Amino acid sequence: MSAVIVAEHLLRRLEGEVPVTLIDDVSLSIDRGEFVCVMGPSGSGKSSLLYLLGLLDIPTAGRILLDGEDTSRYQEDELANRRLEKLGFVFQFHFLLAEFTVLENVVLPMRRLGRLDEAAQRARGSELLERLGVADQGGKRPSQLSGGQRQRVAIARALANDPLVVLADEPTGNLDSAAAANVREILRTLTRDLGKTVVAVTHDAAFAAAADRCIGLVDGRIRAGWQGPAARPASASPGPASVSPDAPAPAGDVP
Amino acid sequence: MRIELGVALTHLTSRKRQTLVSLTGVVLGVAFFLAVSSLMRGSEKDFISRLIDNSPHITLSDEYRAPDVQPAELRWPGAAVQISHVKPQSETRGIRGYREKLAFVESLPGVRAAPVLVGSAVLTFAGRLQAVTLSGIVPAKMKGVSTIEQKMTDGSLDALAVNPNGIIIGRTLADRFSLRLGSTLSVVAPSGASRAMKVVGIFRTGNAAYDQEQTFALLKRAQSLLDRPNRANRFVIQLADPYAAREVALRIEATVGYKAVSWVEASEDILSVLLVRNIIMYSVVSAILVVASFGIYNTISTIVMEKTRDIAILKSMGFHARDVRQIFLIEGLIVGVLGSALGIAVGIALMRVLAEVTVKPPGVTEVVHLPIWWGGEQYLLATAFALGSCLAAAYLPARKAGRVHPVDILRGAT
Ligand SMILES: Nc1ncnc2c1ncn2[C@@H]1O[C@H](COP(=O)(O)OP(=O)(O)OP(=O)(O)O)[C@@H](O)[C@H]1O
Ligand SMILES: [Mg+2]
Repeated sequence: MSAVIVAEHLLRRLEGEVPVTLIDDVSLSIDRGEFVCVMGPSGSGKSSLLYLLGLLDIPTAGRILLDGEDTSRYQEDELANRRLEKLGFVFQFHFLLAEFTVLENVVLPMRRLGRLDEAAQRARGSELLERLGVADQGGKRPSQLSGGQRQRVAIARALANDPLVVLADEPTGNLDSAAAANVREILRTLTRDLGKTVVAVTHDAAFAAAADRCIGLVDGRIRAGWQGPAARPASASPGPASVSPDAPAPAGDVP
Repeated sequence: MRIELGVALTHLTSRKRQTLVSLTGVVLGVAFFLAVSSLMRGSEKDFISRLIDNSPHITLSDEYRAPDVQPAELRWPGAAVQISHVKPQSETRGIRGYREKLAFVESLPGVRAAPVLVGSAVLTFAGRLQAVTLSGIVPAKMKGVSTIEQKMTDGSLDALAVNPNGIIIGRTLADRFSLRLGSTLSVVAPSGASRAMKVVGIFRTGNAAYDQEQTFALLKRAQSLLDRPNRANRFVIQLADPYAAREVALRIEATVGYKAVSWVEASEDILSVLLVRNIIMYSVVSAILVVASFGIYNTISTIVMEKTRDIAILKSMGFHARDVRQIFLIEGLIVGVLGSALGIAVGIALMRVLAEVTVKPPGVTEVVHLPIWWGGEQYLLATAFALGSCLAAAYLPARKAGRVHPVDILRGAT
């Protein structure tokens, strides 16, 4: 299998009165069709890593190869073009445009890309909504949908331009367990049936169990074998907010 | 429809009240711009047309623009010759060969000209004296270049043609001397020659000094009285297109040699006052639009602040900074275009109302309508100013929106 994302010695530092290192020397490689989860305590830099891999943020040092292409030489607009063509994002909060209908939201990236004509865009949008089980919601406003439905619409929008990689930041973090299971299943299907690569940040042990592999992150560094809450009894599984950034590294966490 | 336009429209409709307020600002700005501009330009046109109607478009006189070159300078050209205390020729000799020169001037397209011999004389009647300007004219030609015929209250210019001893005087003089049509008075020339003449016409221009001191007689009669046989010392020239006066005057002067002064040159001071007045007026009415643009700035800034999340989504999706900027510039443009269109409609309505207003200037008996100029360029100017200030007002928030980093917003939102 070919690597679709390769990160080499990523460093992301925020310069300021007190410099903060968000990501510290992270190297990783993700293959096409993989379902990868990123786990770690709150504040460990999971979102920061996802923004870097998603070309939303620019590393202070190191480089990212997307689909074999070195992205470190690209300017802002070229990075935006790569995001448009090759990447799709799903965030914890749905992030749909409130004034547009569900279908219009899904069609938006296609309109920006402009490869399909208007009729084809709408047809593809409806098809995506149908695949995600929200076909009958196309004419509604996002505010008229349930949380799980919105998240499925957000996934449909992430898939609009047929991306190589879908990046999700706690896509189930805001959902009840049934809706979370549904979304998780959908993401799983994306890799199995559509050959998409999915990188998802999660706190959810069940989610981690469904993934092909998990990347553990602590203090901005990769910790091999970090299982976090998954290693603990399910009943003691803490919510995202209850894991403090300075919590001691769990046992068995050997670099 | 472009996405940017679609997003812009949803933004404006999501803030209806604020959009409406800033739109109203532009509408009123454009409407006032038009009302004031049409009134100011209307009164200016009115003034200039009076100026053009009541004075010769071009006056050719028997003078030269530059003094004669002195013989010493001719003898040693380029030498450091300076001659002081040169006395100008005092005697006005009249235009040399005026008939040929008149024929040339009349041969120019759209040009009418009348020869005049102007001199001073003294009128005496019943023992009273009045120094006057005596203009010898050819009535048939004079009618073509002067509005004096329309100003006649008694008699006519034609009466002069049939009565070689006739004289036309102004209303003020007639009242002072109790003269009527048919009254006889005597005219004394500087040389001492005197002649009895009969009043055949009385005019009234409204300018009291002119109505007292100006008199007209036949050119032939004036020539003999003033002892300038076969001379004229002035051409009064009227043009079909008064605004060509400057070029025609230059051309006539170049060919004929004598000084030809156009009305533009003669009223330079007034025209420059009008220009300054226009500059002041347009700065003030544009200021209204600038103030209106603050409303737009406010509205669009609010929208940008409210919609940073949406901007972050669009940018994370792959929108460029330029696309995002365009959304907000389009919003400014929409307000500008709608505002100009509605503003022009309201402005025209306002101009119609103003055109109905009548005023009674002091000392004038008849009421007049306010002069309104309907010219097209003021609409263009108002629209250009409105669009310009709307775009300028939208530019700052648009630039700010273009600079939003999605990561900053995403971090803040979770
Ligand atoms: N603008 C900022 N200035 C300073 N520090 C920041 C800033 N943004 C993030 N951080 C710090 O960077 C670290 C990584 O943040 P990040 O959001 O990537 O963590 P995370 O693993 O996604 O956490 P969570 O699970 O709570 O979402 C945290 O310690 C955070 O406090
Ligand atoms: Mg996070």
